[in-house]
Amino acid sequence: MRERFAEVMTELLGEDERLVLILADLSVGLFEKARLEHPDRCLNLGIREQLLISVAGGMALAGIRPVVHSFAPFLIERPFEQIKLDLNHQDVGAVLVSAGASYDIASGGRSHQAPGDIALLDTLPDWTVHVPGHPDEAEIHLREAVMGDGRVYLRLSNQSNERSYAAAHGFRVLREGGSGTVIAIGPMADATLMATEGLDVTVLYAATIRPFDTAGLRASLLKQKDAAVVIVEPYLAGTSLTHITTGLPDIPHRALGLGVGLVELRNYGTPRQHAIAHGLGTAGIRRSVASFFSL
Amino acid sequence: MTEKPGFDELPALIASMTGDEKHFHAAMSTLDVLWVLYTRVLRVTPAMEEGRDRFYLSKGHGPMAYYATLAATGFLDPAEFQRFGAFHSPLGHHPDRVLVPGVEISSGSLGHGLPLAVGTALGLRAQGRSEPAIWVLVGDGELDEGSNHEAIAYAGRARLDQLNVVLVDNASATHGWPGGPESRFAVEGWSTMRVNGRDHDALETAFTTPHAGRPHLVVAEVAEGGS
Repeated sequence: MRERFAEVMTELLGEDERLVLILADLSVGLFEKARLEHPDRCLNLGIREQLLISVAGGMALAGIRPVVHSFAPFLIERPFEQIKLDLNHQDVGAVLVSAGASYDIASGGRSHQAPGDIALLDTLPDWTVHVPGHPDEAEIHLREAVMGDGRVYLRLSNQSNERSYAAAHGFRVLREGGSGTVIAIGPMADATLMATEGLDVTVLYAATIRPFDTAGLRASLLKQKDAAVVIVEPYLAGTSLTHITTGLPDIPHRALGLGVGLVELRNYGTPRQHAIAHGLGTAGIRRSVASFFSL
Repeated sequence: MTEKPGFDELPALIASMTGDEKHFHAAMSTLDVLWVLYTRVLRVTPAMEEGRDRFYLSKGHGPMAYYATLAATGFLDPAEFQRFGAFHSPLGHHPDRVLVPGVEISSGSLGHGLPLAVGTALGLRAQGRSEPAIWVLVGDGELDEGSNHEAIAYAGRARLDQLNVVLVDNASATHGWPGGPESRFAVEGWSTMRVNGRDHDALETAFTTPHAGRPHLVVAEVAEGGS
């Protein structure tokens, strides 16, 4: 997805003079062409992440649509106060595009992993959050984001589904069943579909998780005998449970959040090993879903 | 534990660490500094006595030279290198103090080591302990991070003379440091020196130069490349 981002972003810089891409030393090699063609609109600030966000805020104040890119821990976690004050509190917009996700850089350890990025952004209002499951979806979200003027987080990952399922906002039904609803977010779609094969559950998919599609979830639950939902997210487990609960004040329901565990996993290896360790492999998801729905 | 390797064997040891680690240049840039510190300067043993000197590797990427030096000084078994980066290995692409014997801080995100070292120096001072020295290794590119500059300024004001920074300068900072990175420390009252980062005797001399009442910076200059 990062490569697609670089390819499309370079193209967009050539089409829209309102756009500026801001980097902090990471991914610079992917934007050589853009830097040569647009030296004033493709900037590398060095390893300065607080400056990265503040500069984006300042540019937005000047009428620019800034697109800001780094690895997720350095884009969201490190400069979080700058996000809160220099974007939200100034009431200006930006497109933040991360790479690395929760454990793409598994061998890099904790410093390069950000399973809590969306939970952090959830403490701030008015963020649109895309978690694409395929490079095609990432491209659609990027093109849409640069056209607007709001605050958008585009979370790219090396983990991808075999094909694109949907990039429209809101839930799309991938499979229908009667015993409950399972929501797969972004790159978790393929594993969730395989894990629920043969189980009588509806599977919903979304690559845009904020705003949360409460109406789509309600529509699914009202068709089922049990108002019960499992959400499978490729970041901190339970991140979206609050949105489920607050969106269903009038429907007695049960909800389970699957995702990356809160406890730090002090292991290296591969993203797949980390997925399995967090119960996000096919077998782990199936065990959790079957147990929750008593199937 | 196999026989301890010597300095000339460290490059081969580093090369034995497999995987997709992309920071080979960064690892090699620190090798001589680490070797001189661990074999001539630091008062540390695998027993990790309470009164030991502290070494904080802030530039945590490319830790292979660090792991190799720890192996050569008895902290680590070189046999571990065969599992470098594996799921159950203690040796990741950034060091973890909970997993690796002898590692004092977990690093990987830049700009944390020096502020942590300021805290350790203040903590030792609060306990009336003037003996342990604190050493931090940072890179010239890492100096971009603003957190370093808060620490540099405060350490100078607080006259933390137990604190020593060795800055490996391989000219990797994207926008450079006019006047050399040492100019940023000097203006805050630090003692500063610049030496050839491959010359072991010059490094030792710089590392052991007295600097009463001031924190001490040694810029170790190495060839350009890496990060």
